[in-house]
Amino acid sequence: MNPLRHIRSRTAVLPMANIDTDQIIPARFLTTTSRDGLGEHVFADWRYAPDGQLRPEFALNRAEAQGCRVLVAGRNFGCGSSREHAPWALLDYGFQAIVSTGIADIFRSNALKNGLLAIVVDDRSHEWLVQNPGAEVAIDVEAGTLTLPDGTQSNFPLEAFARYCILNGVDELGYLLSHREDIDRYERARG
Amino acid sequence: MAGKTLFQKIWDRHVVVPETDATPAVLYVDLHLTHEVTSPQAFTLLRQHGLPVRRPERTLATMDHSTPTRTEQVFGGAPIAIDSAARQVRELERNCREFGVELFDLHSPLRGIVHIIGPELGLTQPGATIVCGDSHTSTHGAFGALAFGIGSTEVGHVLATQCLLQRQPRTLAIEVGGRLPAGVTAKDLILAIIGRIGVSGGTGYVIEYRGAAIRALSMEERMTVCNMSIEAGARAGMVAPDETTFAYLEGRPRAPAGDEWERALEWWRRLPSDDGATFDATLEFDASRLEPMITYGTNPGMVVPVSGNIPRRSNDAAFARAMDYMGFEGGEAIRDQPVNVVFVGSCTNARLSDLRQAASVLRGHRIARGVRMLVVPGSQQVKAAAEAEGLDRIFIEAGAEWRESGCSMCLGMNGDTVPRGQYSISTSNRNFEGRQGAGARTLLASPPTAAASAVRGRVTDPREFLSRP
Repeated sequence: MNPLRHIRSRTAVLPMANIDTDQIIPARFLTTTSRDGLGEHVFADWRYAPDGQLRPEFALNRAEAQGCRVLVAGRNFGCGSSREHAPWALLDYGFQAIVSTGIADIFRSNALKNGLLAIVVDDRSHEWLVQNPGAEVAIDVEAGTLTLPDGTQSNFPLEAFARYCILNGVDELGYLLSHREDIDRYERARG
Repeated sequence: MAGKTLFQKIWDRHVVVPETDATPAVLYVDLHLTHEVTSPQAFTLLRQHGLPVRRPERTLATMDHSTPTRTEQVFGGAPIAIDSAARQVRELERNCREFGVELFDLHSPLRGIVHIIGPELGLTQPGATIVCGDSHTSTHGAFGALAFGIGSTEVGHVLATQCLLQRQPRTLAIEVGGRLPAGVTAKDLILAIIGRIGVSGGTGYVIEYRGAAIRALSMEERMTVCNMSIEAGARAGMVAPDETTFAYLEGRPRAPAGDEWERALEWWRRLPSDDGATFDATLEFDASRLEPMITYGTNPGMVVPVSGNIPRRSNDAAFARAMDYMGFEGGEAIRDQPVNVVFVGSCTNARLSDLRQAASVLRGHRIARGVRMLVVPGSQQVKAAAEAEGLDRIFIEAGAEWRESGCSMCLGMNGDTVPRGQYSISTSNRNFEGRQGAGARTLLASPPTAAASAVRGRVTDPREFLSRP
């Protein structure tokens, strides 16, 4: 995981609510034993027609959406399956942040553990972002702010430890392992 | 002093290091279940760090998601049709061998869907913390356990440390009064609950299902309810343990026995939420007014009674998109909509009582011409029990296919899929776009509704089959 402090990018927008992880990456692409290369299949059934051709009308396929690192999505993004392949696929495709008004619990946990910033902003900022795809936004992870092109700032909450891990590019395993003695003690006490 | 909730009692007992403003709690995991699809990357993490599995006896592995359900592919005679799925199976075998984890492999009589086998072995116990790299881990909460789905990175954390980093969630009490009417199942109850609170209504919460209607449910019915908690956004759903729970568990192979059973009972009896315990939110339902329910859209909250009409909504782009995907107009009756495929199976509804319900509707009938019906038991033990009482004959004589256990058509990654554009009545848990196969149109319902609809070839109220002589 690389440290992530600032993101400055244009946005791609998928305004629908309740985008589930089966849409982010359909189950038929989960018969893999690695976490690499999944970006090719992100939103597979929305990006590609049954014959494999790109659907030109789909938001991520438009010319102006290429290279966007911030995805603005409707509320309850990432609901459904716990597959971590969903954040892996989004990261591999090139996204660094998901901005919504609600993120599903398991998806948020998985995303943050991989350095994909899954954040919730206020309804008004979100509505503006939905209406203005391609807007250039700036995200400051440490300050917890998302800045719109006109300078308007929106604060987003971020769990303190997840913020620490993302800013420093460290994963949680090292922290958990540092508590080995506490775990030993707990197991002895439980018998 | 304020009483404690069931959730709080379990949480407190499993805190290894308490949470602070800066760090989440280190929470101990009693039982870790794993399968072939979400575990390979976790074992890779262990290898990268040169770590062993800390407590291999606390992890159990099975094969269910990408494994085939055709007998010849499971027991030999034909290779597993999907190469990459075959590789996952081999990889799990290798990982379990190398790290000393118990595995129910493809040939094991104890193999099955991960959320079916934990309970049937007696491994799923009240007061335990249970996790699995699968969102339907909420199923195990039916026993008064704290059980929730995790991602593959967390699977690695549990393998390496037997712990997870967790912030304490909020609690939501769902009080269900009354009693389910005849022909109305636990599946209909949970679909109705999700219909009311919505697919994100439980986000951030652990749900405790309470009240007379819940107490009256069997363990298998409670599992169906807790299973779909995640479809309301809640990572976990729970039911306090009671005599129904203890009667189910006593004598199961991995349940405590002898003095250990008595000691366990003592702790389990203290688990139910204390009088005066407070929840962060409370909702009330009346079970006695419920009807058989069925979904019409592309998330489990888009649900109506089988006797009802699909809603009509203007200026709602998401609704319009769902109607377009499903091939519905909005406003029409859901009853009598044609059906192409019927699936009875999944961790929601593939236990013995579910198969009995479906069989009782099918007995003496044939499924309608042109309908394909798949009945997939939740485990090899469920399969054997169903065959011992002749349920397989009823399904086969009705024209259905009877398969080996697995997730099958619930998620279309194992060769069992619904063709593009076809309508499937499914006893599974998700009707998302493409869930059962690209372009498949899923209507979620109970086993009796699925079976009745298979016979008629149209969406059918199962109560039509109740009064039959």
